[in-house]
Amino acid sequence: MERLGDALLLLVLLTDLALLVTDRLSGSIRLVALQGVLLGLAPLTLAHGASLHLAAIVAGTIAIKAVVLPRILLWAIREAEVRHERQPSIGHLPSLLLGLAVTGIAFLVAARLPALPGNSLPLLIPVALSTLMIGFLLLTSRRKALSQVLGYLVLENGIYLFGLTLADRLPLLVEMGVLLDVFVGALIMGLVVFQIQRELETLDSRELSQLTD
Amino acid sequence: MTALAALPPLCALVLAPLLPGIITRTRCWLTGRRGPPLLQTYTDIGKLLAKGAVYSRTTTAVFRAGPLVGLAAVVTAAAMVPFGTAAAPLAFPGDLILLCGLLALMRFATVLAALDTGSAFEGMGASREVQFAALAEPALVLALAVVVRSTGNLSLSGAFGALTSAAWASEGAALVLVLGTLFVVYLTENARVPVDDPGTHLELTMIHEVMVLDHGGPDLGLIHYAAALKLWVLGALLVGVALPVQDLMPWAGLLVALAGMLVLAVLVGVVETVMARLKLLRVPQLLVGATALAVLAVVLVMRGRVG
Repeated sequence: MERLGDALLLLVLLTDLALLVTDRLSGSIRLVALQGVLLGLAPLTLAHGASLHLAAIVAGTIAIKAVVLPRILLWAIREAEVRHERQPSIGHLPSLLLGLAVTGIAFLVAARLPALPGNSLPLLIPVALSTLMIGFLLLTSRRKALSQVLGYLVLENGIYLFGLTLADRLPLLVEMGVLLDVFVGALIMGLVVFQIQRELETLDSRELSQLTD
Repeated sequence: MTALAALPPLCALVLAPLLPGIITRTRCWLTGRRGPPLLQTYTDIGKLLAKGAVYSRTTTAVFRAGPLVGLAAVVTAAAMVPFGTAAAPLAFPGDLILLCGLLALMRFATVLAALDTGSAFEGMGASREVQFAALAEPALVLALAVVVRSTGNLSLSGAFGALTSAAWASEGAALVLVLGTLFVVYLTENARVPVDDPGTHLELTMIHEVMVLDHGGPDLGLIHYAAALKLWVLGALLVGVALPVQDLMPWAGLLVALAGMLVLAVLVGVVETVMARLKLLRVPQLLVGATALAVLAVVLVMRGRVG
């Protein structure tokens, strides 16, 4: 199971990097959905034996992260009629290079962290850290409100990966609560995106930094 | 040197022109055409070598030296790449840098010869070739660095010799990424779709073909042969990483590696059929993406060894 887990985590990292260079918003949303599926499957490779708790986490994560949230976001871009993230404040290729640098740093940092008991996947912590930081990079360097939502989701995926180290001990209720929070957050953001588009006729978040009456 | 050790370089020299034939046949087969015979490249080269050459009065010795230097460089490179279980005839620690240098020298000779004609078209082709090469080279060097790092052996023959299924078991993830990088480099360096279209003869879209427009007769024959050899040399690297044949008997290893080359050529043909050429502005993104894979692989093999 460890090899499979490593392969899953590597794919998560590859979707992170692919997100940095994708300029089509529907493509980015599908990548985030794919990442959701990968994250949903990840607990299976960590767990020791099947349990109801595990099945609930897997099903809940995939349902929310890979089906519901992407649906909402796809609806939002269809309604708001935005297709591309053109000219982010850091270009696609520089942001890919930054993403790689961040990944390298994540691996360096993770090597210095004390090993967590019960974590059988050596890639888990570095991938969680890089996903977190790449999410942050997306969140800060993109201009379209919708891309920023995607950045937030990637950031949250990184936190989720960190949480996986505790998957065996974490009560189901807490997991579900976190998922619900993310779901509500993304729902509200989807609606806000739609409203911004209706009021300002653009999704460029720079417009929001100026005050007018 | 035993007979078996002499076989892989001979294979390279003799079988290399078969690869373009296989690629073209795959393309034709997939699009419902019959296509030229598999041995077309041999007959083309034979025909060209029998012809006389015509040189423009504006060209100098640089133009005439281009194809010769290119061929010499790639033949030397072919002697350095291990194939099957046998070590290459030419092997020493750090030879992968020389390999990259020889490929660069070959490109440099072609580019200089293109510029020497003073033709605007060829200058444009040369500029594009150099631009893409500058992006493909770091990807190639990094990919080879991963192979070296994961086997702990500094020469190509040594590194590929140590690349057994055990190496795949411990560094599999990094090696898969390296394969991705090497495949993109393979398509770029050999001027295949999606980077360049070897079938086109429209000067505005092609890269490699446009650089050799003014070459004719034996010179063009040498260029075709050198291109086929380059296809073989880089393919041997790719197959060497993909198929850990070191555990096999020498003969079986050689056969498996040859089968790998065949599959690789068919794969290139399939890629050429299902993909269109990328926009020129997109190509650097593809290459930087390939480099990113290689960097990730480097990070993976370096993990736990620093800090």
